[in-house]
Amino acid sequence: MEEVLIDLHVRKKIHTNNGIEVLDIHLRIPQYDLVTLFGKSGVGKTTLLRIIAGLTQPDSGYIKVGDEIWYDSTQAINVKPQQRNIGFVFQDYALFPNMTVKEQLLYASSQKETWYISELLDVFHLKGLCNRKPEKLSGGQQQRLAVARALARKPQILLLDEPLSALDTETRYMLQHEILQAHKNFQATTLLVSHDIDEVYTLSDFVYVIGNGKIKKQGKPGDVFDSTKIKTDIQLVGVILYIENNILTVSVNNTITKIIFPIEEIENLKINDKILITAKATHPVIRKLTNEELL
Amino acid sequence: MNEAFFQTFWISIKLASLTTIILFCAGIPIAYFLTYSSFRLKVILQAFVSMPLVLPPSVLGFYLLLAFSPNYWFGNFFNQYLGIRLAFSFPGILIGSIIFNLPFMVNSIQTGFSNLPVSLKDASYTLGKSRLTTIFRVLLPNIKPALLTGVCLTFAHTIGEFGVILMIGGNIPGKTRVASLAVYDEVQALNFDMANKYAIFLFLFSFVVLVFIYSVNREYLKWKRF
Repeated sequence: MEEVLIDLHVRKKIHTNNGIEVLDIHLRIPQYDLVTLFGKSGVGKTTLLRIIAGLTQPDSGYIKVGDEIWYDSTQAINVKPQQRNIGFVFQDYALFPNMTVKEQLLYASSQKETWYISELLDVFHLKGLCNRKPEKLSGGQQQRLAVARALARKPQILLLDEPLSALDTETRYMLQHEILQAHKNFQATTLLVSHDIDEVYTLSDFVYVIGNGKIKKQGKPGDVFDSTKIKTDIQLVGVILYIENNILTVSVNNTITKIIFPIEEIENLKINDKILITAKATHPVIRKLTNEELL
Repeated sequence: MNEAFFQTFWISIKLASLTTIILFCAGIPIAYFLTYSSFRLKVILQAFVSMPLVLPPSVLGFYLLLAFSPNYWFGNFFNQYLGIRLAFSFPGILIGSIIFNLPFMVNSIQTGFSNLPVSLKDASYTLGKSRLTTIFRVLLPNIKPALLTGVCLTFAHTIGEFGVILMIGGNIPGKTRVASLAVYDEVQALNFDMANKYAIFLFLFSFVVLVFIYSVNREYLKWKRF
C-alpha cells in the first residue's frame, strides 16, 4: 500500500438544489495518485476542494496532509490557504487580467526559478505566448496557463475544479493528455473534480462518487461504474437533418452521417428530432487517430 | 483677472487635491472592507459612507461646525493637542470636504472590487500570496478605471462644493473662500462680470473632467472586450 498523503474527514452544511444538506466526507488519498471526485453538479465537489485549499472552512472534522495538520476543529487549527502547499485550478481559471503569461508564472513561483518557469512554458506549449495577456489567449491556452500557474509553486497537491468543462471536445482530449503528462512530470498528488465519465476514465487512478453529501462509491473507475453505466452497446445521440426515402441524414458529434433505415420505422420521425443510435460493441472497426485528425 | 481671482482658484485646487489624495488612501481600505468583509454590521458603515449623498449639505455643515467648536471634544482635541482651530479655517473645510466626498471615492472603488471575480483573490491566496500582496499586485491593478473614476469624481465634486464649505468655512477671502463660493459672493455684490469669470471657469473645468473620465473608461471597456 502506498503512503497516504491526504487523510481527511470533514463535515459542512451546504445549500443544494434539495435544500440544506450535510456534506460528510472521509477521504484517504495516496501520494502521487490522480484521484477524481465524481458527482452531479451541486453535490459539494467544489466545496470539498475549497475546504482542502483552505478557502472554505468546514463546520467540523480534520484534514491531515503528510505529517501536517491543516485543519482540526477539536484543536482549533486552521492553516491559512497561503500556508498550504497546493495548486488550485479554478473552473473559470481565475487568470489575472493585468499580467502576461510569464508574469503570472513569475508571480506564482516563490523562488523565481527561471529554469523551472521555462520548463513549465515548454510543457504547456506557452513559450511563444509569453508576453500575451489572458484575454489574447484561446480557451485551451487559458486552461494550460491556469494549470501551469498552479504548478509554478511546486505544490504537493494539485486541485483541479472541472478544468476542462468549458472547452470543446477536441481541445479536451488534448488537454486530458497534457494533464496526465504534467501529473507524471511534476509528481503532484492530484485531485480532480469532474462530472464527465470519459474524463474520469481517461485520467484517474481512483474515483470517489459523491451524492447526497456522502461518498456513495469508491474504487478504480472500471469497478465503480457498474454495468448500468458501462454498456456493451455504443450509443450516440444525433439530430435528424434530412429524410429521403429510407435514408436519414444525421448530425452526430458535428459529423454528418447517413443511416439506412426500414421505411416503416422512419414514418414517425421528422427533421430536427433527436435520436439515440445504438450499435453493438462486438467487433467494431477501430483505428487509432492520427495527430492531424486529433487537431 | 486679479490676484484675488487666482488666490481663490488656488484654494479650490489645493482643497480638491488634498481631499482627493487623503480620500484615495482612506477609500481603498474602506471599500475593501465593505466588499469582502462578512461582518454583519457593515451595512451601518455603508449607510454612513453614503449619507452625504442624501443629507442636505447644510445639515452636515451644521453638525461639523458644532463638532469643530472648542467646546466639544473633537474641536477641543485639535485645538489643544495639535494647535489647529477647525471652525472657519482651511483644515476645517478640508475635514468637511473629506467627509462630504466619502461616497464618491468609496462607492467607485467598491463597485470596482465587486465587479472582479472572487476567484482572483482566492487564486492569489492559493499561490501563497498575502492579503496585501494580493491587493496591490492583483486587485488594484485590475480596477484602474474604478480608481480613476473615484479620483476624478472626488476632485471635481470638491471643486464644485458649496453648502458645507459655506457653513464651516465662512467664506473668508484668502483662507476659506473657494471658487464656487466666490460666484455667489460676486452675485450678491452685483459684480456679474466677475461672477461670470468664476462661473465659466468652473463650468469648463467640470465638463473637461467628465469628458476625460468617460473617454478613459470607454477606451478601457473597448480594450477589455477583445
